[in-house]
Amino acid sequence: MSQTFTKAMARNIFYGGSVFFFLLFLALTFDTSRALPGRDNRAAITEKVARGKQVWEHNNCIGCHTLLGEGAYFAPELGNVYKRFGSKEAIIAWIKAQPTGAAGRRQMPQFNLSEGDLDAVAEFLKYASEINAAKWPPNING
Amino acid sequence: MQYKSQAVAKPYFIAAIGLFVGQILFGLIIGLQYVVGDFLFPEIPFNVGRMVHTNLLIVWLLFGFMGAAYYMVPEESERELVAPWLAHLMFWIFLVAGALTVLGYLMVPYAKLAELTQNTVLPTMGREFLEQPTITKIGIVIVALAFLFNVGLTVLMGRKTVVNLVLLLGLLGLAVFFLFSFYNPDNLVLDKYYWWWVVHLWVEGVWELILGSILAFVLIKTTGVDREVIEKWLYVIIAMTLITGIIGTGHHYYWIGTPEYWQWWGSIFSAMEPIPFFMMTVFAFNMVNRRRRNHPNKAAMLWALGTAVMAFLGAGVWGFLHTLAPVNYYTHGTQITAAHGHMAFYGAYVMINLTIISYAMPLLRGRKAANSERSQVLEMWSFWLMTVAMVFITLFLTGAGVLQVWLQRYTATPQPFMAVQDQIALFYWLREIAGVVFLAGLVTYIASFFVGSKEPEAAAEGASATA
Repeated sequence: MSQTFTKAMARNIFYGGSVFFFLLFLALTFDTSRALPGRDNRAAITEKVARGKQVWEHNNCIGCHTLLGEGAYFAPELGNVYKRFGSKEAIIAWIKAQPTGAAGRRQMPQFNLSEGDLDAVAEFLKYASEINAAKWPPNING
Repeated sequence: MQYKSQAVAKPYFIAAIGLFVGQILFGLIIGLQYVVGDFLFPEIPFNVGRMVHTNLLIVWLLFGFMGAAYYMVPEESERELVAPWLAHLMFWIFLVAGALTVLGYLMVPYAKLAELTQNTVLPTMGREFLEQPTITKIGIVIVALAFLFNVGLTVLMGRKTVVNLVLLLGLLGLAVFFLFSFYNPDNLVLDKYYWWWVVHLWVEGVWELILGSILAFVLIKTTGVDREVIEKWLYVIIAMTLITGIIGTGHHYYWIGTPEYWQWWGSIFSAMEPIPFFMMTVFAFNMVNRRRRNHPNKAAMLWALGTAVMAFLGAGVWGFLHTLAPVNYYTHGTQITAAHGHMAFYGAYVMINLTIISYAMPLLRGRKAANSERSQVLEMWSFWLMTVAMVFITLFLTGAGVLQVWLQRYTATPQPFMAVQDQIALFYWLREIAGVVFLAGLVTYIASFFVGSKEPEAAAEGASATA
């Protein structure tokens, strides 16, 4: 780089640029926080949903599945599973029926969840399916 | 090695390589599970194997970063480390905590681990990459604080260089943003929003500062180019990193319930994220071309140049591939993401660790400048084996991803997830074969530490001018 562009100038761009864009990021975060109540379905977050989220976390579901597209890519997207399956009962029945034991096929473990936990995690997935995710996923297959 | 206390880096590097081996073995297991679904089921379900694969990666990279800092900081500060004993102590605490955590993953069901570690008191578990029990996370914070105290004080009390300052800023950012892993609200959108403050602001933010400073250090040492020139480059590169990368976080905020303006912010800024990586490539090749000496450690030079190129390809090009919102609408959460993740982590963070290890380890083991010719030849073989294997892993996953997007999301008659997975199995088999080649490269790499270690050091090309 040329001599007219000095190290001090480079340093100032680094500090100035980083601070400016971090502040801009904070401002956008602030605005996002104000917009979220209209999008994130928070009214549906009951105690049962909170318990369901914990069931989801305590069984590391994200280790195989995606939820709103984030997670592992080994098993189907679950952000819209409530809509795909059509009911909480169908989700609960599916979880209870695992593993299929079909030779050579990917297997979902049997988590031995209590009835309360099953209902909670299904309720959590229902809540997740009603978050406004900008029309994602493109279709029902996730 | 100019300062005695630099020696604390050695166990950190050795642990890093050991955990690296574990990471690759579990990678092969879960890679095989993609096509032989019931392999090792129910002993090691996929989610457990994946958690071990990713967590070992994170832990060994952190070991490598800490080793790098312990090696670089005394030399840059021109003084001994403030508290070498603390570095040793933290090494054992971190290693034992890491080992116990991984054993916990493997020995008991995850729900049991959550119960045993009282996750309900301060729930932080069960989120991707942040699966560690809360107690482990607290341990990480303690180790990080002790580490920052040690290197920070050394920096403050010694010569202040740009390399040191940038390294310290990066490490400080690493510790600060990790604190967001303790925030886990019931609101899924908020949870995801701040989860990225750890994950994105690490790998597309502050870690790049660490990467840049390590690369700059190795280039100063091996090329003999004036420090002023290299430091100016370093500032420009990390300036571009943060200018593009901070708002670039927005490319994770397209489809998780956040406002749709993020599609603009995220697309525009993250489309510029390849710029600092491209500059890094230009920088590395420029410095090597302008070198004032031929350093006898050719392997380290190869790793340094390789890092710059592969980070640009993996993080830059493969990142850009799916970062624009209209593209990401179809690729989000598919094998395209996996392809990018693999090459970006390898190219940027695995390779920069192997670069500093390649440069420092011979010195830590008592060599004056470099390993023997035979040892270096083997190490360079391992470079090519691992790097080419990773290129193929990425290409096969990209192939799988393109087909997946097409069949599952883009055609007029989209098919269910598992139906699509069956049709792209060939790509997963090919990826697994490339993974075996990667392991062969890793075995070669480890062999290079033992082969030719009794032989004399390699001489620099054009010998006499080593000053």
